[in-house]
Amino acid sequence: MDFTLWDIVRNLLTGLQWTLLLSLVAFVCGSAAGLLLLVARISEQPLLRGAARGYIELFQGTPLLMQLFMVFFGLALFGLDVSAWMAAAIALTLFSSAFLAEIWRGCVESIPRGQWEASGSLALTRFEQLRHVILPQALRIAVAPTVGFSVQVVKGTAVTSIIGFTELTKTGGMLANATFEPFLIYGLVAVGYFILCYPLSLSARYLERRLHAPA
Amino acid sequence: MAYQFDFAPVLAQGDLLFKGALFTLQLTLIGTVLGVAIGVVGAVTRAWRLRPFDALFGLYVELIRNTPFIVQLFFIFFGLPALGVRLTEWQAAVLAMVINLGAYSTEIIRAGIQAVPKGQLEAAAALAMSRFEAFRYVVLQPALAKVWPALSSQIVIVMLGSAVCSQIATEELSFAANFIQSRNFRAFETYLLTTLLYLLMAIVVRQLLAWIGQRLLMGRR
Repeated sequence: MDFTLWDIVRNLLTGLQWTLLLSLVAFVCGSAAGLLLLVARISEQPLLRGAARGYIELFQGTPLLMQLFMVFFGLALFGLDVSAWMAAAIALTLFSSAFLAEIWRGCVESIPRGQWEASGSLALTRFEQLRHVILPQALRIAVAPTVGFSVQVVKGTAVTSIIGFTELTKTGGMLANATFEPFLIYGLVAVGYFILCYPLSLSARYLERRLHAPA
Repeated sequence: MAYQFDFAPVLAQGDLLFKGALFTLQLTLIGTVLGVAIGVVGAVTRAWRLRPFDALFGLYVELIRNTPFIVQLFFIFFGLPALGVRLTEWQAAVLAMVINLGAYSTEIIRAGIQAVPKGQLEAAAALAMSRFEAFRYVVLQPALAKVWPALSSQIVIVMLGSAVCSQIATEELSFAANFIQSRNFRAFETYLLTTLLYLLMAIVVRQLLAWIGQRLLMGRR
């Protein structure tokens, strides 16, 4: 069977859709889990704080590939039949949550302590302080690095090709084997990721510059 | 859970894991030295706007930072032979790591160089320092000292990222893990131990880099 250039591009675009979908799922679920993790990480309970720290250290100190394998083979031990898609989504969610929680912790800690004390003196509970006083301010600082991290999520999805999830990289690999044109195909795959990531990188830089500009 | 954990068959292959870990560390060492060297050159051309090289380095940085490492690796290993460039597995792995770290360290070190005030170079000239001395002691050392923590985390990220090199059969740690689990079918136990080994390596390398930074850059002995 012969592949025209259009056949190749068409197949890669299908793979790109899966990359995009997985990135979105991982980013959204990772943000939700990351927010919970952040609350644990800055909580006043030493046990909770320590557990969150350990979790973050574990996911920042090990390869994403190993995290994928652990989820893929670990869930199978419970008798669950995990598809490559499920394992990829779960592992990337856990991975993203650890990094996002750590990024956001930096943002929360950059809010002056006086804000905690002032809101505490208004008889707000710790949760209310966080919800109404600290997070709205931290959010402003957090936008740029969070958008910057989304690039890492998109690139991270490429590793899921190894457990057989048919996203952009895996599609590229299969096409390269079928057409014997790895130079062209991996070049196009790289272009695909660049198209997804570069606008994100640019917006992160723009947001960062706007934040540092005098108001 | 009815599953019986059995680590013995994995531990019996401990020497393979150890060899793999050692090879990962070697790859990281070469990748770090060459990658940071590229980073210094790139950072200087970018920070001082040396035309036309600053634009070329700019393009390189954007291309590498916005594509996944595994695609860069596959492009080098599977794609380059089409141009007549054939590399062995470990050469391709090292090249990919160098190119990847080179791009990130260009951006990181550039930030450090741009943070050195112009007046300091003038002061160095007033002290009759040669251009090389001024560059080494007044620009590079303070710049590296400033960004050393960021550079260290990037080096650890590159080391952990090298796990995907097993996909082109570079015989590093995750390759050893794949090999062992394909023999004993104890996939979970094998990957659990391997993950912990990576974690240990990340912690040790981070400490080591902090120590090196203290001695070489902050001038503490």
